[in-house]
Amino acid sequence: MSVSPAVPSTRASQPQRGWYKRNEIAITPWLFLLPAMIFFAVYVIIPIGQSFWISLHEWDGLGEKTWVGTSNYERLLGWGDANIDRKFEVSFWNNLRWLVLYLLAIPAGLFIALFLNQTVTGIRFYKSMFFFPFVISQVVVGLVFSWFYLPREGLLNAILGFFGAGPINVLGDPTLATYGIIAAGLWPQTAYCMILYLTGLNAVDPEQVEAARLDGAKGHKMLWYVILPQLKPATFIAFVVTIIGALRSFDLISVMTNGGPFGSTRVLSFYMFEESLSEFGFRMGFGAAIAVVLFFIMLGFITYFLYSMYRDEKGAR
Amino acid sequence: MFPTPLAKTSRQWQISYQVLLPIMLIIWLLPLIAVANFSIKPESDFVNGNYWGMPSSFEALNNYGKVFFESNMPRYLWNSLFITIPTVIGAVALSCMAGFALGVYKFKGNLLIFFIFIAGNFVPFQILMVPVRDLTVNLNLYDTKTGLVLFHIAFQTGFCTLFMRNFIRALPFPLIEAARVEGIAEWKIFLYVVLPLMKPALAALAVLIFTFIWNDYFWAVVLTQGPDAQPVTAGITEFNSQFRAAYHLMSAGSIVAALPPVAMFFLMQKHFIAGLTLGAVK
Repeated sequence: MSVSPAVPSTRASQPQRGWYKRNEIAITPWLFLLPAMIFFAVYVIIPIGQSFWISLHEWDGLGEKTWVGTSNYERLLGWGDANIDRKFEVSFWNNLRWLVLYLLAIPAGLFIALFLNQTVTGIRFYKSMFFFPFVISQVVVGLVFSWFYLPREGLLNAILGFFGAGPINVLGDPTLATYGIIAAGLWPQTAYCMILYLTGLNAVDPEQVEAARLDGAKGHKMLWYVILPQLKPATFIAFVVTIIGALRSFDLISVMTNGGPFGSTRVLSFYMFEESLSEFGFRMGFGAAIAVVLFFIMLGFITYFLYSMYRDEKGAR
Repeated sequence: MFPTPLAKTSRQWQISYQVLLPIMLIIWLLPLIAVANFSIKPESDFVNGNYWGMPSSFEALNNYGKVFFESNMPRYLWNSLFITIPTVIGAVALSCMAGFALGVYKFKGNLLIFFIFIAGNFVPFQILMVPVRDLTVNLNLYDTKTGLVLFHIAFQTGFCTLFMRNFIRALPFPLIEAARVEGIAEWKIFLYVVLPLMKPALAALAVLIFTFIWNDYFWAVVLTQGPDAQPVTAGITEFNSQFRAAYHLMSAGSIVAALPPVAMFFLMQKHFIAGLTLGAVK
């Protein structure tokens, strides 16, 4: 007589758990990540490498690529015996103008935010009306401002005329055109910075403000020593989006002047587009080289942004 | 509260503030007001040099009617819609999943992948332009809405994943642990525990991406041409060459092109601003 243990066979009541079940916690995140990673790799990560590769070639976008080594860069930057590319030089300086002047959006946004941070009837309406230029597409902003600047029909010259000045043809004057476009770009960008600061001001610790007030702090001293330190996260984001916005400037230039007059409003992003898809044949290799230069300018900022975010991320743990 | 609340300031400043507020607003919106005024004027006003005054007759119906019935504008608007909506759905879906993976699980490379998504989001478009255009041509998707949608989904996934991951991070983690103890499958936790909590983030992202994609111009001119696939931002140039120097029609056209995101913003203001100012407050 055999004595069987009074243990039910494990196999029957509890089937062997599948491989997936056993590794569920390890596998699931990758399954969830996979679609996003594939899309992002195919359309963003791999193209960055491809652009580097293409920039070492001469290519019309259709036929065979011809290896030319660094000659695209030599032509662009004036290495060796070549002279620096004139259009590149103009574009580069214009990019710097954009970067510096675009940053005005941050103090301007702060100023409007401080002005609007009150509780009176209808203030919500005012806040959204001040913000909404940001929602309009840059193409329309460009059109709106180019009509605003029109020498005869434009409102700007009507106002200048009222004060006895003008008329000026902002977009027709090579020395003024870039500034005119930057002013147009500052309009939505200031709105963006304003909304960041309004949100930041909302979260300012009222007890600290009261305490500082009891200590006799007010006006700009209060702003500088008590309020601004608390607005640091908002300032950081405003800085990031403004820098990125300045270096991405393309729509406004394309719509308002198309690079002119006499190429005076080109920036790198516009010059790259112009060279790659120009009417006189596609020069994709040369265009890619411009894009690589722009990428490296941007990379400096990207590294700084990522480093700041990484520090916060470590701090949060 | 800073600056000092109005109620605690002098009577004088209270009154001047109430007066300043509308004046500042009018100055701020002046270029736009001028264009709106353009768009309701009759053509004769431009001939007679009445550029900035009151319209001599109210021609809004006429001008906007021309935009809708005598140009390609409606086609461009449809194109924009059929590019924007699939992109919103695609990018939000992909980034929900990716954000869930990055926000909930601890695994090797988590932070690295997260930072690649953020970094990719900052790169200049131009470095992607030539290869992406080439890829789209090779896939036979040049000058199609699909080609544009696929790229937009991929690119927006960077920003959306950043957004979603940080949002999921802020959710109460014990909730997920409790579900695990109950033996619920991981994908069901995503679907039935996490997703319902993400509604505000979904709404915020959806309106933001809608605006970003609707307003895109660069990729529209790189990947499409002509009224079959071009969205309204690119189509407006064709519209403007059709009505060259007819400012009353061109301004009506621009207002129509700009309107959908503006309407979206005013309808979903709370979500829109919540999305845009994510991270502005610690």
